[in-house]
This record gives sequence, C-alpha cells and structure tokens, in this order.
Amino acid sequence: MEKYRANLLLCAGTGCVATGTPRVRETLKAELEKQGLADEIKIVLTGCNGFCAEGPVMLVYPDEIFYQKLTVEEIPKLVEEHFLKGRPYEKLMFKDAEKKTAIPLMNDIPFFKHQILRVLRNKGMIDPDSLEEYIARDGYLATAKALTEMTTEDIIKVIKDSGLRGRGGAGFPTGLKWKFASKSVADQKYMLCNGDEGDPGAFMDRSVMEADPHSVIEGMIIGAKAIGASKGVIYVRAEYPLAVKRLQLAIDKCLEAGLLGENILDSGFDFNLEIYLGAGAFVCGEETALMRSIEGQRGMPRPRPPFPAHKGLWDKPSVLNNVETLAQIAPIIMEGAEWYRTLGTEKSAGTKVFALTGDIKNVGLVEVPMGIPLRRIIYDIGGGINKKNKKFKAVQLGGPSGGCIPEELLDIPVTYEDINKTGAIVGSGGMVVMDEDTCMVSTAKFFLEFTAEESCGKCTPCRVGTRVMLDMLIDICKGQGKKGDIETLLDLSKDIIATSLCGLGQTAPNPILTTIKYFQNEYESHINDHWCKAGICSNLCSFHINEENCKGCGKCLRGCPSNAIVGEKKKPHRVIQEQCVQCRSCYDACPFGAIEIKPTLKKPAEPVTQDEGVTK
Amino acid sequence: MAKLTIADLKKIKEKQHATFALREGGNRAKVTVHMGTCGIAAGARNIMSALMEEIEQSKIEDVITTTSGCAGFCAREPMVTVEILNQPPVKYGDLTQDKIREIFKEHVIGGKPIEKYALVVGSETTY
Repeated sequence: MEKYRANLLLCAGTGCVATGTPRVRETLKAELEKQGLADEIKIVLTGCNGFCAEGPVMLVYPDEIFYQKLTVEEIPKLVEEHFLKGRPYEKLMFKDAEKKTAIPLMNDIPFFKHQILRVLRNKGMIDPDSLEEYIARDGYLATAKALTEMTTEDIIKVIKDSGLRGRGGAGFPTGLKWKFASKSVADQKYMLCNGDEGDPGAFMDRSVMEADPHSVIEGMIIGAKAIGASKGVIYVRAEYPLAVKRLQLAIDKCLEAGLLGENILDSGFDFNLEIYLGAGAFVCGEETALMRSIEGQRGMPRPRPPFPAHKGLWDKPSVLNNVETLAQIAPIIMEGAEWYRTLGTEKSAGTKVFALTGDIKNVGLVEVPMGIPLRRIIYDIGGGINKKNKKFKAVQLGGPSGGCIPEELLDIPVTYEDINKTGAIVGSGGMVVMDEDTCMVSTAKFFLEFTAEESCGKCTPCRVGTRVMLDMLIDICKGQGKKGDIETLLDLSKDIIATSLCGLGQTAPNPILTTIKYFQNEYESHINDHWCKAGICSNLCSFHINEENCKGCGKCLRGCPSNAIVGEKKKPHRVIQEQCVQCRSCYDACPFGAIEIKPTLKKPAEPVTQDEGVTK
Repeated sequence: MAKLTIADLKKIKEKQHATFALREGGNRAKVTVHMGTCGIAAGARNIMSALMEEIEQSKIEDVITTTSGCAGFCAREPMVTVEILNQPPVKYGDLTQDKIREIFKEHVIGGKPIEKYALVVGSETTY
C-alpha cells in the first residue's frame, strides 16, 4: 500500500453527485497530477456526508478541514493553495451566518458539532465500495463475535436490553421481534430488510445504504443468526439506483470474502442475501404488503395475526427490520446494551437520524440522541428558517402518517411517546420545516393527495375516505368550503383510523387532525372569511400595497407578470385588483414587507351541486 | 478475495490502520514542509518525497506530513518545521534529502532535535 500524506473525502451521495461531484472529481484529479501531488494525496469517494445543503462537499484529512459548494472553476486554486502550499482555502469554507467568518474545521461547524454518530458512524469516512475500509472501522468484528462466541439467546438478550426500537416508524422493540421469530419452528425462516423508504422528504435510509451498505448487511447476518434464518432479502425501491448499486457490490464482495454464503467465517452458519427491487408503491413499506410484493403478488396488506414472526414471507417465520435499525446492530453487539443506553431516554434509547428539509438553512441528514428538544434540532443544527425575517410556523414529522407540530411545542423532547402525544409520530425521521408563508390547509391537502393516491384500495374507508377528505380540502382551498366541514373532517378521520387494516389508513388522517388541532383558525378563515392569510390559495386572497411601507423601489412592478402594479419611482405603488392574478410574486419580491394579504375580493363561487358519484 | 477468517479481519484492519490514523486523528507529530515559491525552487519537492519514503518504510503511523507556504526565511530554504506533541516546534533550514532522513530518524522518531541543522526552536505552533 502506498503512503499518502492526505486523504480527500469527496462526498458522492446522491445530493452531491447531483450538484457536481463527478465533474469536481475529474478536475481535482487532473489538478493534483498537474502539481505532481497525485502520489501524495488520495481522493476517496464516500457516501452521503449529510450536509447536502452545501454540496458538493469534501473533507480533508488529516487537517479535518471542510470545504463546501465546490466548483470546477475553484479547484485549481484550491489545489495550489491548500495541497501544494499548505494554506487552507478560505473561500470554499463554511461561513458563520452572523459573523461571516470562515469555519475551517468540520467539527466546529454547528451543523456537525451537535450530532452524535452511531448509525452514521462511517458516513463520509469510508469508501462505501471498499470492504477493506469497512473492516478497518471494526467492520464484521461483530459478525465474528455473534457467530462464534454468542448463542441466539445472547444476541437477542443484548438487543432487547439495549432498548433498540424499530426505526421505520412504529418503534416496536427489535429484540422482542427477534425473540418471537426465533421461537417459531420452521424448516425455513427469512431475515428481511425494509429499504422502501417512501415518505416525501425522507432520505435517511437511502443515505445509510449509499454511505455504509456493509453496516446493513452486517445487521442482517446477526439478525439471521438470532432468529435462525438462512435466507435474506433487502427490499429497496428502484428509485434508489445508487443505493441498489452499492448494496449489490457490497453483497458481491461479501460472497467473495465468505462473509455471506456458506460457512461464514468458518462458524458453520450459512446466510444468503439478495436484493429485491420495489416499484415504489408507498404501501409496500408496510410489512405484510412488502412480503406479498416479494412473492410477486400485488402489494396489499393482510390482517395480522398471524404476525410475520409466525407466518411471513412465503408463509414462513420472518423478521422485517428497517435499514436504520439494522445499521445499529453491530455496534450494540460490540459495545453492549449498557453502552447503547448511555444516549437517549429510558423508553427511547440511542440515537435517531432525521432528514431535515423544507424552509430551513441547513438541509441535510442529522443524527441526534433521542430525547433532545425539537428546537435544538431545528435551530442549533438546522440553523433556523432559511429566509430572513420569516418566522417559524410548524414542523412536519413522520411524513404522510405524521403531523404538524407548532412553535409552542418545540421544547418537547424527541421520543416516541412525547411526539405521539402531539398527534404527530417520530416515523421514519422525515422532518419538514415550514415558515409563516405556509398555508396549513394546503399542507394537509398535499399529504392527503399523497395518501389518497397511494392507498392500495383494499379497505373502503381508506380508499374512499381519503378521497372524500381530499375533495373537501380541495374545496376549502378553492373557496367552496362549507360550515360544518371541519366537524365532518374530524368525524371521517375517526372512522378511517378505526376501520383501516394497515398503518397507511390508520395514520392517513394525522396531517388533517394535527393541522385542525393547532391551526383551526386557518381552516375557519378559509371557510368563513375566504381568506388564506399566507396567500397560498389564490382564490382566497388579494394583494395590497401598504403605502406607508412602500419605498417605490419598483421590484414588485418589474416582477409582476400581469402588469397589475403601477406607480412612479420612489413613490408608493398600487395594485390594480382587476388585473391581479394572485401569483404572489410581488409579496416575495418586496424587500420592505409592504405587501399585505387580505381576503379575496372575488365573489364566492356557487357551490357545485352534483347528485352522482361517491365523492361529492 | 479468498474466503476470510476472523484472523484475516484483524489483519485487514491492521493493514488499513495507517490510512485511518490519518482520518481519525490522534497524531504524535507533524512535519510541515515549507512550499512557497522559494521552497519549491530550492528543492522542497525532493524533501517531501524523501520524507514520505521514510515514513512509509518505517511503518510509523502517528506522524502526519503537511505543506505550508514560505516560512519567511527564503535564503535558507528548503525548510521544514517539526512539531512533536507537547514540545516546542523546531525549524530546520538548508535541507537536503540526506539531512531530512537523518532528522526524521533522530528527531521525529527518536525525539531528539538535531541542533546543528536547526534554525530556531520554539517558533509559532500550529497545533
């Protein structure tokens, strides 16, 4: 092996690849060669670093200097300054939001400083395509320990004692799940991995599969030993091509090295693993539907019991664990249950990965101990709202199954129990932040569109009920809401939750329930006053210029697509209401906050009467 | 790759150790080769190559090498600064490949600065 004096860990996660890693890598390679540094400095492509907002990003070792927003144009200068002359290149460093000064070291950047990495222990640290690098970070030592030194009871006990709960959303204790399956007697059992991450805005599992595929495989081998399975399947959606490619390469390397297949590490234990591609149906993330899908049938849930631990895939005892759950198994085996419990709370132990997106500065992947307040994730790590002068309004947790949490509840700790109390769920970890310009009725409508579309159709309350609720929300946003709609929505929600078979229907009303719970006044102003105060529902708002605040800069006038704004320079402008199409561009353009949103001036549309069809 | 045994896992880990020592930190010593225009012209590139060779051959893993700009004493280039943890840094000047090899063995590994080559002791640290 050659000796290098520096390693450049260039992020090749999906986000950074999209923002330019391949081009940057080519240029970087060429420049290093040009300066005669190619033998001294090594470029390593890693999985997702997590700080996707600033991509493409690169970490330089041993200096631990973090570079962001790399461009092909800046690379020659970077190579000359830092790698040839040893002067870290400030221009590409992260800048402190207030002081505008550069922060060179990765661990000084607030986004990274507050995180504790267990699941993402190897993110941006290793080349995901290299088995050797995974082994160098204690990889497969836990497999060796579990296969040669531990009984199945030992493994289940340590996982149970650790308090690890399923990270896919429901939070079922992993050790208990394994125990049930291990007790089932059968000629064949299956160890399955759920990589069918379907929540809009969630990308935790994708990043783990891309950055550290071996950690998932290792969790599966150990789980397989615990329950006595000799076959396994990783179910990944086909929309994750990079994750599929890296997992497949990892499986191939393991087969070659005897870490999968027969007689793993001479322990006498056999385990074969394959990947099954899902077509991206949301319902296939539900365990029984996922198993039907692998069997080649239509992905539809079936009633439980029998639970998969007794009758799962091909009617054989099966365990299905989420990607993030599996990635934590190896460290727990190595370090023990007590170590795992050093972070988190009594009932929600360990760490959880969240995908931070929406109106937030630091979009990216963060791992934090469970039990820390939501506010810390959003402000200390996420950096707060990304637009100046905009206030936080709500954070959506748990995707279409989750709910919106308002500002006044931001100090609650992130644990399964506390989040459930708000009406939202921890879910798989999607965290969408919304600022004051968000219309909560439209937000509920967005999630209902998703669940109505993704309902598999098996249960009538879910299939028809979500559609009826969606139509009501569409009407409310159009200005055709009626008195009593809120009560009907609450009623329908209750019925759908009570009478749907699987989690999709049981949780689909959550976005509506939480937005009504915390933002009922918005529903009321939509229905009664024909006023969408955020100015999102174009039928329910009108735009006016406050003459006192207007400086006559003309930004709104230039941006208006329908020439609806008139006014002389440096004098207050005016909106000609007849010409305004409520596109909102003046509101976004005005630097002085002079645009006011008032109730619509249009006459309310006549409610459409219709006798036919189930949806009206 | 042949079928691995548990012993092989440990061997691979050992083999990769140097690379990860670089990424995981915890280094005992740092050698900075001054590579301003003056340094490069005076042969700093050869000094760096010799140093890298020495490190590789000695299998030492807790020493990192880095570059920096002109040290401000262009007449005495090529120069390096050797910093051992908890000791004042030492600057060496007028280096040749042989001298840097000697410095590596005596000072970086042995811990004893070579006074006859040293320009100054206790200048600014970068640790």
